[in-house]
Amino acid sequence: MTPKIDMQDVRKAFGTKQVLDGVNLTVAAGESLVIIGGSGTGKSVTIKCILGLIKPDSGEVKVDGESLIGLNEAGFRRVRKNFGMLFQGGALFDSLPVWRNVAFGLMQGQGMAAKPAREIAIENLQRVGLSPDVADLKPSELSGGMQKRVGLARAIAARPQVIFFDEPTTGLDPIMADVINELISFQVKDLGCTAVTITHDMSSVRKIADRVAMLYRGKIVWNGPRADIDHSGNAYVEQFVKGLAEGPIQMDVRRG
Amino acid sequence: MNVATRTDMTFFIIIGQWTLAALASIGRLARFAGKALASLVMPPLYIVRILEQMLSIGYFSLPVVGLTALFTGAALAQQIYVGGARFNAEGVVAGVVVIAIVRELGPVLGGLMVAGRVSSSMAAELGTMKVTEQIDALTTLQVDPVKYLVTPRLIAAVIVMPLLTLVANVIGVLGGYIIATERLGFNGGNYLKVTMQFLKASDVQSSMVKAAVFGFIIALMGCYNGINSAGGAAGVGKATTNAVVSAFILILLANLIITVVVFGGAK
Ligand SMILES: Nc1ncnc2c1ncn2[C@@H]1O[C@H](COP(=O)(O)OP(=O)(O)OP(=O)(O)O)[C@@H](O)[C@H]1O
Ligand SMILES: [Mg+2]
Repeated sequence: MTPKIDMQDVRKAFGTKQVLDGVNLTVAAGESLVIIGGSGTGKSVTIKCILGLIKPDSGEVKVDGESLIGLNEAGFRRVRKNFGMLFQGGALFDSLPVWRNVAFGLMQGQGMAAKPAREIAIENLQRVGLSPDVADLKPSELSGGMQKRVGLARAIAARPQVIFFDEPTTGLDPIMADVINELISFQVKDLGCTAVTITHDMSSVRKIADRVAMLYRGKIVWNGPRADIDHSGNAYVEQFVKGLAEGPIQMDVRRG
Repeated sequence: MNVATRTDMTFFIIIGQWTLAALASIGRLARFAGKALASLVMPPLYIVRILEQMLSIGYFSLPVVGLTALFTGAALAQQIYVGGARFNAEGVVAGVVVIAIVRELGPVLGGLMVAGRVSSSMAAELGTMKVTEQIDALTTLQVDPVKYLVTPRLIAAVIVMPLLTLVANVIGVLGGYIIATERLGFNGGNYLKVTMQFLKASDVQSSMVKAAVFGFIIALMGCYNGINSAGGAAGVGKATTNAVVSAFILILLANLIITVVVFGGAK
């Protein structure tokens, strides 16, 4: 079967900094893939290459077997219709009230009228644990964790087939983090979505991942089912999962 | 190779690189403007966004543009009276004021004031949207950022600047009128009569054409610098400065070109 997402030997440098150095990654339809890896290893850049927000220097990116390399704007718009994205920093439109943020794709992208769009927005806010009262607030009036959840509601509102979550639980309390994990699992198991999640949160990995891929120095160094992460036989994964300072992964930390 | 020739080479290499970089950025700017204009003919046209922008560019610029015109017109009347007295031509005050304001000072000073207000705020707003990934979010939600953010601003600025300039022209002449009648002892009715005698349709046309072009420059420089900003808060600050400085220079250059080339021959 053609994988939903297929990245082959993707490279991307910013200036002299080689961020992606030959990433190979496939995600099957209906699968929940979690990408783990240290800060600054290029996890967000990887996702943005799939969304067409960053153009790879070389390599191949395919969605449903269709290559995105050299695709024009209209082609990307068509592909993105099936995508939802939670940005790491939320990326909420700060000039618009919360509900218009959530309904943005429905109203601007699909031309839905304000009234039904507002209802769907409020429904999605409730699914991420936010009361309808926040609908008319501006994003700047919300706490960081609430902003993240609004971003999540916006990502799922248009019922996309593929959803990208960039650190969905960062900045949330453990209970709310679990609510979000459940929500992501629901999207995949009950709605049949394909999900790609970036996280540092191991409890989140254990809860939502079908498969885990570890990115290190611009390459996927390990990739396997969730059940294997505790006996991966890979020193990088082991160090990461256990959260040890000592190991093959050298953080660029100056030791005094 | 001796030291002198090597420095010469470096000099030429730097000039060459500088020229290439300048050409490349002109090309990028032209492509950006082309894309924004192409969006004009493709639906949707985001009418509400255009109206919002007209309000924020036009209505909220009225006080600053009005005051600028008032003070300039008043000072101009006084200056021409003093200067004109040297060759006994005090009678020309009304005529020179109206021509100077309508053809030159109304659109140019109005344009510069609006650029200071609007180019900077557009660059800051779009720059912040860029660095907080809101522009990426728009793209992901299948909305073209240029069409959604830039085109409405360009349209609004091109519509609103001529209207603002019209107001500036009237207030500028009024400023001259106040000084002329209150301080210089001119007869009010006579002053206005001379004003209307001197003013030609081509003066007003020139004023409106300039204003529309300046409006385009103001919005284009604000949006271009904003949307291309990078590197956090410092990057947004730099984009804001660049937007205003480049808008100023382009307005003055465009003014020169329009004055000399387009309306230079009109009597
Ligand atoms: N637009 C850009 N321009 C220049 N450099 C960039 C850009 N985007 C990312 N980078 C660089 O690429 C590297 C990887 O960034 P990325 O955001 O993918 O990290 P990450 O793995 O998501 O880290 P984190 O877990 O901290 O979010 C970083 O060193 C960053 O500085
Ligand atoms: Mg990241």
